[in-house]
Amino acid sequence: MLDNEAWKGFKGDKWKTRIDVRNFIQENYTPYDGDETFLADATEATDRLWGELQKLQKAERAKGGVLDMDTDVVSDIDSHPAGYLDKDLEKIVGLQTDRPLKRAFMPYGGIKMAEEACTTYGYTPSPKLHEIFTRYRKTHNQGVFDVYTPEMRAARKNKIITGLPDTYGRGRIVGDYRRVALYGIDALVAAKKADMVHCGYGSMPEDVCRLREEVAEQIKALEKMKTMAATYGFDISRPAANAREAVQWTYFGYLSAVKTQNGAAMSIGRISTFLDIYIERDLRSGALDEKGAQELIDHLVLHLRMVKFARIPSYNELFSGDPVWATLSIAGLGSDGRSMVTKNCFRILHTLETMGPSPEPNITVLYSRRLPKTFRDYAAKISIKTSSIQYENDCVMRRVWGDDYAICCCVSATQVGKEIQFFGARANLAKCLLYAINGGMDEKTRVQVAPEFPRITSAVLDYDEVMKRYDVMMDWLASLYVHTLNLIHYMHDKYYYEAAEMALIDTNLRRTFATGIAGFSHAVDSLAAIRYAKVEAVRDESGLAVDYKITGDFPRYGNDDDRADDIAKWLLREFIDKVRGHHIYRNAEPTTSILTITSNVVYGKATGAMPDGRPAGEPLSPGANPSYGAEMNGLLASLNSVAKLPYEDALDGISNTQTIHPSALGNTEADRVKSLVNILDGYFDKGAHHLNVNVFGTEKLVDAMEHPEKPEYANFTIRVSGYAVKFIDLTREQQMDVIKRACHKCL
Amino acid sequence: MPVTSACYRFLKHPPAATRQPPAAIKGRIHSFETFGAADGPGVRFIVFLSGCPLRCAYCHNPDTWASPPAFEQEPREVLDRALRYRAYWGEDGGITVSGGEPLLQPEFVSELFELAGAEGISTALDTSGYVEGAADDVSIFSNPLRPYAKLLSLADVVILDIKAFDADLHRRVTGRSGEPMLAFARHCAGMGKRMWIRRVLVPGLTDGEADLRATGEFVRSLGSCVERVEVLPYHDFAIPKYERLGIPYPLRGAVPPTPGQVAAARSLLGAG
Repeated sequence: MLDNEAWKGFKGDKWKTRIDVRNFIQENYTPYDGDETFLADATEATDRLWGELQKLQKAERAKGGVLDMDTDVVSDIDSHPAGYLDKDLEKIVGLQTDRPLKRAFMPYGGIKMAEEACTTYGYTPSPKLHEIFTRYRKTHNQGVFDVYTPEMRAARKNKIITGLPDTYGRGRIVGDYRRVALYGIDALVAAKKADMVHCGYGSMPEDVCRLREEVAEQIKALEKMKTMAATYGFDISRPAANAREAVQWTYFGYLSAVKTQNGAAMSIGRISTFLDIYIERDLRSGALDEKGAQELIDHLVLHLRMVKFARIPSYNELFSGDPVWATLSIAGLGSDGRSMVTKNCFRILHTLETMGPSPEPNITVLYSRRLPKTFRDYAAKISIKTSSIQYENDCVMRRVWGDDYAICCCVSATQVGKEIQFFGARANLAKCLLYAINGGMDEKTRVQVAPEFPRITSAVLDYDEVMKRYDVMMDWLASLYVHTLNLIHYMHDKYYYEAAEMALIDTNLRRTFATGIAGFSHAVDSLAAIRYAKVEAVRDESGLAVDYKITGDFPRYGNDDDRADDIAKWLLREFIDKVRGHHIYRNAEPTTSILTITSNVVYGKATGAMPDGRPAGEPLSPGANPSYGAEMNGLLASLNSVAKLPYEDALDGISNTQTIHPSALGNTEADRVKSLVNILDGYFDKGAHHLNVNVFGTEKLVDAMEHPEKPEYANFTIRVSGYAVKFIDLTREQQMDVIKRACHKCL
Repeated sequence: MPVTSACYRFLKHPPAATRQPPAAIKGRIHSFETFGAADGPGVRFIVFLSGCPLRCAYCHNPDTWASPPAFEQEPREVLDRALRYRAYWGEDGGITVSGGEPLLQPEFVSELFELAGAEGISTALDTSGYVEGAADDVSIFSNPLRPYAKLLSLADVVILDIKAFDADLHRRVTGRSGEPMLAFARHCAGMGKRMWIRRVLVPGLTDGEADLRATGEFVRSLGSCVERVEVLPYHDFAIPKYERLGIPYPLRGAVPPTPGQVAAARSLLGAG
C-alpha cells in the first residue's frame, strides 16, 4: 500500500507503510481555534429524515418500546438486505437489519435471552433457531453456566456481584473503524494475512492455536464487510476517496460491529478529527461546502441514533432507557501539545442543535483547560442547552493511554485499535461491608453467601474490628469476582468472539480487565459513621444485623472533608490492590471503576440498611457520587471530594453526575457559559476524571414525569451515571431517584 | 549560642504576658457555599454571616437573621477554606461575603478581605447597605475611627440590594428605613466603587412602576461605577425553611413574576 489515488494531498509516509491511523491524523489534521459561527444549519433532507425518525420513535414508544423485531434471521455482518430510512435523502446509509428500528435476532450471547427479548414484546422466535442454538450450537451464556461454581451462582443471585456480562455481549471493544476508510478492506485483509504468517511459526501451543483461529475469523469478518457494503452499492475494498466515502466507510465498520455484537456498550471511538481531514480536503477542493459537511455528520449521527438491541426486562432494569453507548469522543490534546479540536468536533456538538438533544451517540468531550476557549465555551453552551454531553479529563487519560484513545463505554478509555477491554460489571462494596458485619450471610436473603466468617457481636460497632473483618471479606469478594470474570471472558472469547471489531484492532493487542465498584459512597460514609459517631447494630432474633442506630454527627464523603475523603481513597486503593493480586485471564491488566449506570436502583433494592443511615432497599448513590443528602457545602466541595480519588487507582473511570439549576450557574447566558467552563477547568485541574453535566431544575423533571406526552419532553435528555437517556424512557422508580438526587441551586 | 538553663526556664515559663497579641477577630458564620455563580463576578466562594438588622418579607435566608452563629472562625481559617476552590474561580471569581448582613461584622470582613487581597483574590461585599445611624451621619462610612471606611476600601465589588426606593415601601418590605442604604450607595458611588445593583421582584410588593422608575433614576445618578443592574425574580423555595424555623411566612400566596413582568421591571430599572 505504498501509494493510492485516494490519499492524494495527504502528508506523511509512516502511516502508508503500516496500519497507523494515529500517525495519519497527526500528520494531517488542521487544528481549529475559531468559534462556532462557521457552522451551517440542518439541510432540508436532514430535517425530513429526523422528522421521519422521530415519528418512528414515537410509534416505538407507543408499541411498548419495540417497533419491530427479527425472529428468523441470525444477525450477521451480511445477513440482511440493504435497509433505509429514506434512500433518496440519506447521504450516509446502513441499518442493522432491513428496516429502521427493527431489532435483530442475536442469539450467541444466550439463546434464552434472545428468545425472551422476542416474547416480551409479543414476537415468536423461530422454532428452528431454537433447535439450532439448543441442540447444535452452544452459546456464551450456556458456556458460563456450565462452569459456574455454586459460590459464584450464590454471589450473583444475592447481588454482591452484579450486572455480569454472562447473558449478553460484553461490549466495550472498539474496533478502529477509521481503518476501513483510510486503508480499505483489502489492505486490512492483507495485513491480517501477514500477521497469520508470523503467528506461531508453525508451533501450536494452545494460545497460538487460539490466536490463529481468531485471526481467521477476523479475515472472514472483513470479507463479509465488503459483501455488506456492496448491498448498499459501495466497494469498500479500496480506501475512501472523499469525505462522504470516509464517513460511510467508517460507519460500515461500526455497523458490522453492531450487526454482530449486542454488547452493553458499542462505542464508535474517536472519529471526528480523523474525518475532518477528509472534509477539509474536500472543502479546499470545492467538492464540499459547509452545509454539505454538516449534512454528512448529521446523517452519520442520525444513524447512530437508530442503533438498537433487543433486550430483556431484567437488562432494562440495569441499563434503563435502551442505551447502546455509541460513545463518540471528541477534542483532546495531542502528545505534541497541539489541540486536536477541529471544525468537525464543533459539527458533532452541533448535531445537538441541528437535530436537537439526544442520548445517543454518547458525546464525550476529552477536556483540558488548554483546549481553545472558543471550543470550551461552545461545549458549555450546548451542555446548558441540551444536558447531553459528558466531559472527561484528557490530561489524566493521555498520560496513561496516549493521544489516540477513545471512550469505549460510559467513561473508560481504551487505545483505539491497540487495545481491548474485558468488561467486568461491579462488586457491591456496600453489601460487602454488611457481609463483614454479618459473617458472610446476606442481610436480605439470609443465605450464607461468603464463607462463614465470625460475625461482629458487639452492640456498638468498633471501627478497628469492622475494618479487620471488612478486609477479610473484601479479600474473599475480590478473589471470587476475578475468578468469575476470568470464566466469563474465557467463554465469551470462545462462543461470542468479536471478529468484526477485532479485525480492526492490531493482532497483538493489549488487554485490560475492568472490574468495578458499586455502593462506594455508602461504604465510605458507613465507615466514617462507625469511626466518628456511635453506631449500634440492631439485630434480629437470629443475631443478624438488619439495621443501625447512629448517635452523633460524622463527616461524609462529598464535603471536601479529609476525614471522610481519606476513607474513600483508602477503600478504592484497597480494592484494586486486592484485585491486582490475582491471576487474570489472558494476562490482562486489572483496572477498576466507580461507576454504576442506572443499576444503582436495582443494586440498592438488594442491599440492606447501612451504618450510614441509608435505609434498606433505597437506591445506592450512582457511580462515585456522594450519597443523597450528604453534600452540605455546595457543588465545589462535592467535586473536590470526588477529585481526590486518584485516577491511577481507577483507570476504568470515576463517574460523577451533577445537576445544576440554570439559575445557580448565573443570571445571563454568558454568565452561565463562563461558570460552567470555570467548573470544568477547576475540576479537571484537580485531577478529576469525569463529569456528567445536567443543567435544569427539579421542577422540569417533575413536570416531565407527570406530563410525558408534552412535545417538549419527547427528546428531553438527561445525563445519568455514565450515559445519557431520554427522561421519559426511564422507569418511574428511576425517575423518582433522579429527582431526589441533589440539584445544586442557590437558595 | 548555647541555651542556658535560665533561657530555658524563660522559654518554658515565660513571665506573665504583658504583650499578648490581640485576640483574633472571629466571624460569626452561618454557612459556606462553595459554588456561587450569581453573587458577584465569576464563580465565587460565598461566606454567609449570621445576624441581620432587616426582616425582608421575601428573605430566603431567614435562618441567618438571628445572631447565634453556626460556628465562629478567624479570617485566616475562612480564607484557607475558600482557597480550596481557587482552581474554579477563573479570571474574575473569588470570595463574596453575604449574610445575614456583613456590615454587622465590619472588622472581621475587613481582615478577611485584606488577607484575600494580599493573595490577589477578588472580594465582593453582598449587602443591604443598612448601617444604623448612617442616614443622619454620612461620614460614618468615611470616618477612619469607624470600621466601614477600611472595609469599603478593600472590597473590590459591592453588591447592593435596593429593596425599594420609596421610604415607606422600604420600611414595609424590610421593617427598617431605606435612608441608610441610599446614603451607603451614594458613598460607594463617590468612591467610584464597582457596584452591582439588584432588585428582588415580588409581584404586588416591589414591582410598582413608580418605585421601579425612581430606583432606576437613582441608580443612574450613581454613575458609571454601577456595572450591572439585575432583577431577581421572587421565588418561594424558602417556605420549608420558614416552616422549620417556626416563623410565619410573610408572603404566603405571593407568586413569582412572569418573564414579562421581569422584562418590564428590567427596562424600568435600566438593567441592560
